[in-house]
Amino acid sequence: MVKVSDCGADIMYDANKIRNDFPILAKKINNRQIYYLDTSASAQKPFCVIDKMHYIYTEAYANPHRGSYYFADAITTEFEKARQTVAEFINARESREIIFTRNATEAINLVASSWGKDNLRSGDEVLISEAEHHANLVPWQQICLATGAKLVVTPVDDNGNFLEDEFIQRLSSKTKMVAITAMSNVLGTVFPIEQITEQAHKAGAKVLIDACQFAVHNHIDVQNIKCDFLAFSAHKTYGPSGVGALYGKAELLQKMPPYQFGGDMIDNVTYERTTFADIPARFEAGTPASVQAIGMAEGLRYMTNLGLANIMAHEKELTQYTLMRLKQVPNLKIVGQAKNRGGVFSFAIADIHPQDIAFILNKENVFIRTGHHCAQPIVNRMGYTSLARASLGLYSTTEDIDALVEALLKAEKFFREN
Amino acid sequence: MSIDDLIDNFAFFDCWEDKYQYVIDLGRQLEPLEDEYKCEQWKIKGCQSQVWLVPQFNDSHIHFRGDSDAILVKGIIAIVLLIYNDKTKDEIKRIDIAQIFAKLGLEENLTPSRRNGMMSMVAKIKEYADMI
Repeated sequence: MVKVSDCGADIMYDANKIRNDFPILAKKINNRQIYYLDTSASAQKPFCVIDKMHYIYTEAYANPHRGSYYFADAITTEFEKARQTVAEFINARESREIIFTRNATEAINLVASSWGKDNLRSGDEVLISEAEHHANLVPWQQICLATGAKLVVTPVDDNGNFLEDEFIQRLSSKTKMVAITAMSNVLGTVFPIEQITEQAHKAGAKVLIDACQFAVHNHIDVQNIKCDFLAFSAHKTYGPSGVGALYGKAELLQKMPPYQFGGDMIDNVTYERTTFADIPARFEAGTPASVQAIGMAEGLRYMTNLGLANIMAHEKELTQYTLMRLKQVPNLKIVGQAKNRGGVFSFAIADIHPQDIAFILNKENVFIRTGHHCAQPIVNRMGYTSLARASLGLYSTTEDIDALVEALLKAEKFFREN
Repeated sequence: MSIDDLIDNFAFFDCWEDKYQYVIDLGRQLEPLEDEYKCEQWKIKGCQSQVWLVPQFNDSHIHFRGDSDAILVKGIIAIVLLIYNDKTKDEIKRIDIAQIFAKLGLEENLTPSRRNGMMSMVAKIKEYADMI
């Protein structure tokens, strides 16, 4: 257990107690407890998020920014308060630097498409890492194909460590954008995003950070990182699905053309031409996922109330425990053993297919992810087509890890040919 | 072995471990496909593991061979092939796979999830049947 200082009062960070905030974790399947180890794919939701969304739908729902009556005012206030909460969570200077999107993938697509179209030309380069999720790879690849720019990939070593020298070698005056993950969803590697940003800026490039995994486990300060853009999604930070956030420096966002067109992103419309609204509205065409955005803020508030430092300390301790326990499974190889890593564990057991492993784990109510994790190039680079992955959340306990290891031992025995 | 024999065999199992150990055994007994067939041409899309299905047309009947890199899926393939192999187009169309899997107690393998792609495989078998 870890000491927590919440509102000045010292209480203990007790994940077992925190679990009570998450109704789904109490669900029994076949009369047995469940062990949720797939937070990297999507986190479970605390009561406060569910209750807040229920409250909006039952007490304060209308279309935000459109009507001028009680409900419209109420939800508009909540929606803009949510934007402020997201801004504070990542320490953005002002709330208009936060664009609500469908998810992080859309946030990155927005930058690749809008910023990319205006700023990328033949001969320019976009630099990404070898460990990118498809969401921070395919949008760049496609805008490069459309503009004639070149996609350059900086490698990781066999343990998944970021290689600074390789990165610097690939940086040049041609580099216009460095789009990089803060934490790999496959390897668990935490990337040195402050140094990467500093180097990239020296070369004259802009920087986009994919913070989807990182935001779940770590404190984010965009003014400290100094990145130009940062994307993350609500469903991984204990909020609802259907919404994500793009942070962009106001001076950059203001220069970017709209990404989609339609309602509420306009200033003035005639049949001949349209002038567009200022940021953030310019990038939020159509009725937004308002209730989800409000739920997102509630999830972030929940994390803030627990204390990011406490969540980090808890997960760090549990990461060490997991690494130690996984060693006890015969023939298990952890794929991704970077020095600086978080609570994401991809692994293989001999030549047993991960899907076979997951089948047995599911029977034991241990829920993990299998497959290519929407990051085929890095899975292939590590020598696999498919991997099993367990990941931690702020509610994970040693009991979850013990159940995982026990189920893995059973699976290993089950598939071993005698 | 006929499908009825298989249903009889499955009736003996009273826990999932024994049932799926038997499925694995069926997978291990399935003649592996030669590497030359493990290519894009014969791959079934939409499976988390790799699944290959190769038809051999014999007049009005089709004989299938299949393989997977996941052993449980391979076992399920063995059962699916036992059900569909050496049948005519009309016979293939009449088969109620959901009902047979329910009798075997393997209905969890027919979910629409991409987990094991069994539905994709059955759809492909019917597609080949249409070519007769």
